[in-house]
Amino acid sequence: MLTVSNLEKRFGPIHAVKGVSFTVEKGEVLGFLGPNGAGKSTTMRMITGFLPPTAGTASICGHDIISDPVAAKRCLGYLPENAPSYHNMTVTDFLTFIAKIRGFSGTAVREAVESAIAKSRLEPVRSQTIETLSKGYRQRTCFAQAILHDPQVLVMDEPTDGLDPNQKFVVREMIKEMAADKAIIISTHILEEVDAVCTRAIVIADGQIVANGTPDELRSRDPQGRLDVVFRNLTMKEDQNNV
Amino acid sequence: MYNLTNVKTIFHREFKSYFNSPVAYVFMVAFLVLVGFLTFGVTMYYERRQANLTPFFFWHPWVYLLLVPAATMGVWAEERRTGTIELLLTLPVTLGEALVGKFLAAWAFIGIALGLTFPIVLTTGWLGQPDWGAVFCGYLGSLLLSGACVAIGVFASALSRSQVIGFVIALAICLFMLIIGFDPVINAVAGWGVPASIVNAVASCSLMQHFDSMRRGVIDFYDIAYYIGVMVFMLAAAHAVTDNRKAS
Repeated sequence: MLTVSNLEKRFGPIHAVKGVSFTVEKGEVLGFLGPNGAGKSTTMRMITGFLPPTAGTASICGHDIISDPVAAKRCLGYLPENAPSYHNMTVTDFLTFIAKIRGFSGTAVREAVESAIAKSRLEPVRSQTIETLSKGYRQRTCFAQAILHDPQVLVMDEPTDGLDPNQKFVVREMIKEMAADKAIIISTHILEEVDAVCTRAIVIADGQIVANGTPDELRSRDPQGRLDVVFRNLTMKEDQNNV
Repeated sequence: MYNLTNVKTIFHREFKSYFNSPVAYVFMVAFLVLVGFLTFGVTMYYERRQANLTPFFFWHPWVYLLLVPAATMGVWAEERRTGTIELLLTLPVTLGEALVGKFLAAWAFIGIALGLTFPIVLTTGWLGQPDWGAVFCGYLGSLLLSGACVAIGVFASALSRSQVIGFVIALAICLFMLIIGFDPVINAVAGWGVPASIVNAVASCSLMQHFDSMRRGVIDFYDIAYYIGVMVFMLAAAHAVTDNRKAS
């Protein structure tokens, strides 16, 4: 459903992403792991069509993100980092705007909004302006806009970052609920996320993929089976290891 | 080329967002008070004893100079500051559709402020027999002038994630585009020995000159084409800048 081929990104002299390729099939939840600055968000932004890649491409449900971006974006739900949304709108107004721009019209707009509100457990705050919401609810509002059109591919950039344990639990439950019929990518640097929701994980360091496998396969790389040790060995450079 | 439903949806959201905050109402009141004060207090509307809107339209370029950048400074700067630009541009809309929707919403907002000056038209009609053609022409010219200023403001807003910088750059560009056609400036430059042909050529690029003839009641195809040209050019520039700097 999602094919990423040889994505590369340069910002002037900085080579942020150095040829990343992978695929995600329906029913998979792919954890995209890496330390801060490894190129996770840049890769996500290229997959979702926000940043043009320097080289390579991605295709979403068969639509190339460079040659046919609008069709590709129709099949995609995206939760950007920090869950941005229009703070002076109410939750319902914001989701109605998203539904209209996603091509819903007439009664379908209302149905899509109601369904997204129910799935994201936003009922208690639906009439509040987004600026008055807690971080957890803001995250869920942005989550609701990503799943409103029931996309086949869902990309989430650090969906649980900065949330308290209860809020994290709710977001993970929501992800699990819809995992069966979608291809999902979650970028994160929180390792417990991998065990909680992912069926497969890719580790990226310094703009390159350094590991790709199921959580158990990754864990087997350490004699004690500790994911944090595997992560550290894969992503820390020699000099940092000695610190 | 453009999906008009998308442009309309973005227009509605942007237009409503102006009225979601008290700033819109403060802006409208400031616009009306300023125009009213300048017309009646400075250019002495009553004392002239003429039933026309010349003293009213005279001030429009200067009022737009100050207030249009204030209305447009957040158009892209705020999207970039809050990160919503990433949301907007990963929805199935093109950058062009988003840009046109935002531009039209800001223009419509200024258009409403302009429309609310209608009591001055009623006053003039009550006091005498104005030339209604000239009144219509003046309003059309003012609307086009404001559209050009809005397009400049949208472009300036795309340059930085700071609204203040967007405001200052829009003000500087609008001021430059106005004064190169302002009579005292033209006369001063001509006095320095610059050839008249060059002075006239530069002045003909000014927002002011094209408005001058329209506020006197002359509709010329070239004036309308000029304003549309400025809007298209500035929006194309805003498109290029936004595309280039959206992630920075």
